[in-house]
Amino acid sequence: MGEILRRFVFPKYRGKIVFGTLCKAVEVVFDLITPAIVASMIDAGVANRDAGHVVRMCVALVVLALVGFCFTLVCQKMAAVVSQGSGTDIRHDLYAKVNQLAPADLDRMGTPSLVTRLTNDVNQVQVTVALGIRLIIRWPILAVGSMVCAMLIDARLGLVFLVCTPAIAAVFWIVMSKSVPLFGKLQARLDEVSLVTRENLSGVRVVRAFRQEGREGARFHGAVDAQSRTAIAIGKLSSLLNPATLLVMDLGVVAILWMGGVRVDVGDLTQGEVIAFVNYMTQTLVSIVYVANLVITINRGTASAARIMEVLDCDPQISDEGAVEIPLGHGTLTSGVALALDHVSFTYDGAARPAVDGVTLRLGAGGALGIIGGTGSGKSSLANLILRLYDATEGEVRVFGHDVREYPLTQLRELVSAVPQQASLVSGTIRSNLCWRDGRAGDDELWRALALAQAADFVGATDGGLDATVEAGGRNFSGGQRQRLTIARALVGRPRIVVLDDAASALDFRTDATLRQSLRSLRSELTCVIVSQRVSSVMSCDQILVLDHGHMAGLGSHAELMRSCPIYREICLSQLRPEEVCA
Amino acid sequence: MANPYAAGAGTGTIMANVRGDIGNDVNSPQGRLDETGLTTAEVTRRLLAYTRPHMASLVASFIASAVSVILQLYVSIVVGRAIDCMVSAGGVDFPALMPLLRGLALIVVGAAVTQWLSGYCTNRLTYKTVRDLRVDAFARLRDLPLSFVDAHSHGDLLSRVVNDADQVGDGLLQGLTQLFAGVVTIVGTLAFMFSISVPVGLVVVVVTPASMLVAWLIARYSAKSFKDQQALQGSLGGYVEEMVGSQKLVCAFAYGDRAQAGFDDINQRLLRVGEHAQFTSSLSNPATRVVNNVTYAVVAVVGCICVISGWPSVLTVGQVQTFLSYANQYMKPFNEISNVVTQIQTAYASARRLFALIDAPAQSADPAEPEVDDSPQGALEFSRVGFSYAPDRPLLHDISFSAEPGQTIALVGPTGCGKTTLINLLLRFYDVDAGQILVDGHDTSRMRRDDLRSLFGMVLQDTWLFRGTVRENIAYGTPDATFDGVVAAAKRAHAHKFIEQLPQGYETLLGEDGGSLSQGQRQLLCIARVMLADPTILLLDEATSSIDTRTESQVQDAFDRMMEGRTSLVVAHRLSTVRDADCILVMRDGHIIERGTHDELLRRGGFYAELYESQFEGTR
Repeated sequence: MGEILRRFVFPKYRGKIVFGTLCKAVEVVFDLITPAIVASMIDAGVANRDAGHVVRMCVALVVLALVGFCFTLVCQKMAAVVSQGSGTDIRHDLYAKVNQLAPADLDRMGTPSLVTRLTNDVNQVQVTVALGIRLIIRWPILAVGSMVCAMLIDARLGLVFLVCTPAIAAVFWIVMSKSVPLFGKLQARLDEVSLVTRENLSGVRVVRAFRQEGREGARFHGAVDAQSRTAIAIGKLSSLLNPATLLVMDLGVVAILWMGGVRVDVGDLTQGEVIAFVNYMTQTLVSIVYVANLVITINRGTASAARIMEVLDCDPQISDEGAVEIPLGHGTLTSGVALALDHVSFTYDGAARPAVDGVTLRLGAGGALGIIGGTGSGKSSLANLILRLYDATEGEVRVFGHDVREYPLTQLRELVSAVPQQASLVSGTIRSNLCWRDGRAGDDELWRALALAQAADFVGATDGGLDATVEAGGRNFSGGQRQRLTIARALVGRPRIVVLDDAASALDFRTDATLRQSLRSLRSELTCVIVSQRVSSVMSCDQILVLDHGHMAGLGSHAELMRSCPIYREICLSQLRPEEVCA
Repeated sequence: MANPYAAGAGTGTIMANVRGDIGNDVNSPQGRLDETGLTTAEVTRRLLAYTRPHMASLVASFIASAVSVILQLYVSIVVGRAIDCMVSAGGVDFPALMPLLRGLALIVVGAAVTQWLSGYCTNRLTYKTVRDLRVDAFARLRDLPLSFVDAHSHGDLLSRVVNDADQVGDGLLQGLTQLFAGVVTIVGTLAFMFSISVPVGLVVVVVTPASMLVAWLIARYSAKSFKDQQALQGSLGGYVEEMVGSQKLVCAFAYGDRAQAGFDDINQRLLRVGEHAQFTSSLSNPATRVVNNVTYAVVAVVGCICVISGWPSVLTVGQVQTFLSYANQYMKPFNEISNVVTQIQTAYASARRLFALIDAPAQSADPAEPEVDDSPQGALEFSRVGFSYAPDRPLLHDISFSAEPGQTIALVGPTGCGKTTLINLLLRFYDVDAGQILVDGHDTSRMRRDDLRSLFGMVLQDTWLFRGTVRENIAYGTPDATFDGVVAAAKRAHAHKFIEQLPQGYETLLGEDGGSLSQGQRQLLCIARVMLADPTILLLDEATSSIDTRTESQVQDAFDRMMEGRTSLVVAHRLSTVRDADCILVMRDGHIIERGTHDELLRRGGFYAELYESQFEGTR
């Protein structure tokens, strides 16, 4: 929390915070004066039968209340401005940071967690800042102030406070420290209930086909019983809190009345002062309860702040700091070596073995590279290294003669384009989706890309054409249409290399073939990397890289690999008819 | 081989373009859950019925709560009396004071104990009732027709069982007890006040509406900006969800700057609205406080004047103090009640959602005198079967075919043609609308569902594993299987090797839905599960497209082994299955348009031949 305050709240809003809390302090002081005024009403007014004094004191009370309210308004306004303003700043910086993160960082933090941090956690911090400004002054000052005022009236009677206050604090501490661990347990129990329910919904056919309804019912019973037991255990503890604080407070009042009676009899105290004492006692203890609640809120806010700071402080695993644009001549782009891998290895964070292990190859501009292998063989990982979504742990990935780490990311992204495995679009229009690589691309450019991706026909037939609505994820298009749109998206802005990661899996054979033909027609300006599980998709590439558990199991043309690479042969035979294999 | 882009399409899965997924042909067989059916009174009555087994807790909680509230209120009166015992120096009436204080101590302890008791009983009541509600909801999920489960979002159903049940507990049960305590406090305070002094009591009562009016005005004033704020927060959440969800794409396309611009736009709008919403809503506490303080001042002055002049009523100083503490507390239940009321409203909505699930009609009961297939052979017959998920969209028409024991029937056809539906009908996940399905000559609708299902083994394209060990997952259909039996089944399913390589072998704990296993490995476990169950008839949705090539060949081999000697109905995706099937049924738009062996169908040169041939066009 401290770090967030130092970075986002104090520097910009110091004046407003000081002003706001000062205003709040005024109201609190007024609240503190109230019992003293009532005491004066009774001692000076009632005792002397002076109605005029009583009325004057009443007017004073009303004036204090109204003036205090005005001061509070100012404080509330300041709190709103500061908390919302700093919340907005935090959100901005946090999202900017998220945009700098590399996929490896995203893997580590998890998308849902980032979304929560950007929304709930920032809101929580906002609430904490606002409550802090509004209440952090109010309740502690009221608690301490009431105590001090009581002491001022009679120091010896004030000793009751010295017993009651720690007692209440102790009650809180005991109940909280015992129930907090249980809350974690309760959450786990509830998760279990969810899990069993979710599994029964997703596996409804299997459960019924295997006639295991009874067993699942028993499993669910076990889960809910455990959950309700834990909840009741927590309830037993937490329902202690209110009665225990109340008990301490009321016993304190009893003590005050008893000792107060003695002191009044001696003449050290007046009746009105005893009343004031009782009121201060109540005020102190009520304030302590509020302080405890405030502490809980601040704790929650602190947890949120820590989660936000974790993102803000994270060093992105990929950075292009200091990289300057590399001038590339026409010759390099059209006839040089477009892509070179030099003993490239890559290990995911925390993984035991490398996902890509010692891959070396070079691919001329305009060439086509196929990458094939089973799930988990490292195909997509390798594709990601070429795109510099991850950095190789060892070795070098070179694009047009330069290590990918030497390029500014924007230049690299301009040169190398991607069609990811998952064909997802974002909500907007077809145009807004196609313009991801180049925000200023004109209609001609977009239609050209659509035509190359075999998508022009259906986009033309869609209501609205380029401006047709795309729903979140692109769910208003079929899988095949989505895939073609993602291919078109990758071709806008004329990339020099395109990496297709299993990008044609939802296309029917005919479209797939035509698509590859049309990509091929661009060979004067475009180098292709095609990742696939299907032999037929990579069969006719200039080079095919066969990956097996991250190792190069073979590299060469289809015919060469059929002769030299047993794994490739096995894959071919499992997918193709003998006559096709020899084609 | 020069042109890599002219190569053929994948043939590993036949007719990838006509593949159908489980549930794809299911649209909306039933209407949405009806949530408006129950009136508030009915919901209350139903809930009370749920609390009946825990009636003791309920009654105890209410009584304890009432006693506690009244004792707490009485504390103020005793404190007032005690103060009246200490009028002046030397004039403190100790003989009267001491018994009062002893009594006060007892009252205080009594109030605390009853408050704790009430809280404890409410908790017990709440969580036991929530548990019962959940158990009933889950039991209903078990008895619902599958059409219902298919037609409703699983997230929605899950949220009913988990969140809505919690809401009912927190909001309704806890809320109602709070409401009750609040009402007792108000009534009790009024009664005590008026018993001391009617005129001063009236002062408090008259000022109350003013305070409520202030709170209401502020709530109304802030409601609009609150709503705007929520809407903006919603759209910010949506934006973040979508963009961060596509963050790798944003990264790969260097799209961050433009994504940021869109974010900042919403963020700035949220700032303007949020500031206003927060300010106005933060007014309500200080505003009610100022009204309270004014009430306090008025009570103080009226009370003191009563003490001095004896008019309009006779009061002591101690009674003024009692009044002042009432004036302080009196508003609290009103604020609490207004909070609780919103909470209760939400809880009623949740209760309706939950009861809508519990009340959803169950599937038809099993026949009273079921037929039993004593010696299962595996003969299957569809006789003029008709079926539709939605009455206005007929799906299957007049489907008739039969399979001798041991035969393999392959189903081929485009997405949505009804292939998967046949499996649904066979296992009676859905019931036929017309015609009948016979197993060994028995009409399946006259058999008990459990007896019928015990004949079948099913492997679906969507694998399903639950959180448990590998062994438990394989033995899912046969809980009494021996360990050796499990291993033998795994070996036949080609799963043994990879299971041995897992950290704890067969005792490895799998996460939800198989955790870290690959798709192919999951499929192998599902096959082992069916192998172990050793069914008479196999139903396979054979799709292997999401499985990597090397595992795929093992999965296919496992499928082949499993089909040996059993009647099999296969939604076919592979050449070899189709080619070797005893009969291929080509389906289109809910009809069987062609049937026969592979060679017969090719010779006929119809739809099947066209589908089959078109696969290889790309390579030629």
